Amino acid sequence: MKKIEAIIRKSKFDEVKKALHQIEVNFFSYWDVTGVGNEKQGHVYRGISYSTSDIQRRYLSIVVSDEFLDRTVNTILETAYTGNVGDGKIFISDMIDAYRIRTKENGHAGIN
Amino acid sequence: MDAGLFTANNIWMMICTALVFIMHLGFSFLEIGLTRQKNTINILFKNVFIICIGLLLYYVGGFNLMYPGDFNGFIGFAGFGLEAPLNAEGTLDLAYNEGYTYWTDFLFQAMFAATAATIVSGAVAERVKIGPFMIFTIIYVGLVYPIVGSWQWGGGFLSTLGGDEGGFHDFAGSTLVHSVGGWAALVAVYLLGPRIGKFSETGKAQAIPGHNLPLATGGVLILWLGWFGFNGGSVLSADPAATSIVLVTTCLAAAAGGVGAFLFSSILYKNYDLTMFLNGILGGLVGITAGADLMSPFESILIGLIAGVIIVLGVALIDRMKLDDPVGAIAVHLICGIWGTLAVGIFGSLAGGEQFIWQLAGVGAAGAFCCLSAFIIMTILKKTVGIRVSKEEEIEGLDLHEHGMDAYPDFTNE
Repeated sequence: MKKIEAIIRKSKFDEVKKALHQIEVNFFSYWDVTGVGNEKQGHVYRGISYSTSDIQRRYLSIVVSDEFLDRTVNTILETAYTGNVGDGKIFISDMIDAYRIRTKENGHAGIN
Repeated sequence: MDAGLFTANNIWMMICTALVFIMHLGFSFLEIGLTRQKNTINILFKNVFIICIGLLLYYVGGFNLMYPGDFNGFIGFAGFGLEAPLNAEGTLDLAYNEGYTYWTDFLFQAMFAATAATIVSGAVAERVKIGPFMIFTIIYVGLVYPIVGSWQWGGGFLSTLGGDEGGFHDFAGSTLVHSVGGWAALVAVYLLGPRIGKFSETGKAQAIPGHNLPLATGGVLILWLGWFGFNGGSVLSADPAATSIVLVTTCLAAAAGGVGAFLFSSILYKNYDLTMFLNGILGGLVGITAGADLMSPFESILIGLIAGVIIVLGVALIDRMKLDDPVGAIAVHLICGIWGTLAVGIFGSLAGGEQFIWQLAGVGAAGAFCCLSAFIIMTILKKTVGIRVSKEEEIEGLDLHEHGMDAYPDFTNE
């Protein structure tokens, strides 16, 4: 069982979500995050231009069984891609166990 | 006079009074919109305080200081409180004025009084200590505003500068209301110093974006609506020809001010800046206020367009002078107030060299008196109780430290 954490462009979120549904990854959590990186975003406020390295992105947290890992990662790699600086990152880690609270099932049954 | 006509006049004046009242909501929204979330309660508190104390002070002495009857032209006082004129039967004497009753007169003028202090509130936002600010407001609205007003609207020396030939003209208060507030804002901002982070170590102006532009936009549109009463009521009756042209010049100048500021700032900065658009609308409104009764529609558009350009340059100039005015109050109320006052000598039915000199004299007299008074009051407060909050308080927010409250408890992010 693996946890996949992906930081992607907000503009790519709908595409990624749809693609994940198509490969039957139906359960995941997401939230909006702010981070810093190489990209600078230009702003002008009342005649003063300024750039901020604070970047808005969407953070996805997906727990999948091992056989789903490759296709999930590949789907995100393909659909979140634009080729420009700032497309995001994917992190993968081992997940020890998972429980479904309603049925008290754990392991593979806990996440699907 | 005809009772029906008098009733119509008085109703119009009461509607205008209510519209000027609503401007305080507009100011509140604009100020909190263009500042940061952590200071919202503090700004709202100041605005609510100003309208309440402004009305009370105008009752106590302001009205009779501004309209003292016959006086030396510089300062006069007709006594504390209100005393309505009565006729032979002991009821309210309706012959007081053709356009309104004594009570309407008081309340309409009282609504104006508080406006001057509200202008200061925006400029000093996010760093002023609330206690000293309230003391300043009491003195400024209670004494300075009515004294300057008496020079013109009370029949004082500015109104008779040219003897029988005329004098200073300020229809609804480009100088008497807006510049009076604007001068105090300038002095206060100078003595207070900029907010932490407004200027970099090298002295370059930094952007501190406001936290709620929808609210700022609502505020400006409410102010525009309020100006129907501010200028429309300054006709002082429901005279059909006068009120309708005043509303036309007022609205055209507002629209042209917005367009002027938006076009000029987008050419200068390559960006469609909503806040400049909003300030431009207000600049146009302040600019037309002195001569809303004198201008043709085309002249009012010119005044507005120029006001819009002035706003963009004014905001940059204030930054260049190392002054920090979060909401652009100085550019809007002071600089466009001066522009509108001088425009009476350039455009419209009174235009002429002599009139221009009288306008200049009015601007100078009000400026000198307001700057001096504001400087003395603020300096005494600065030397005694202090006018600025601590660094820690400024960074964490005035809401938390001055009020122990949070404007949006559900949104904990800065």
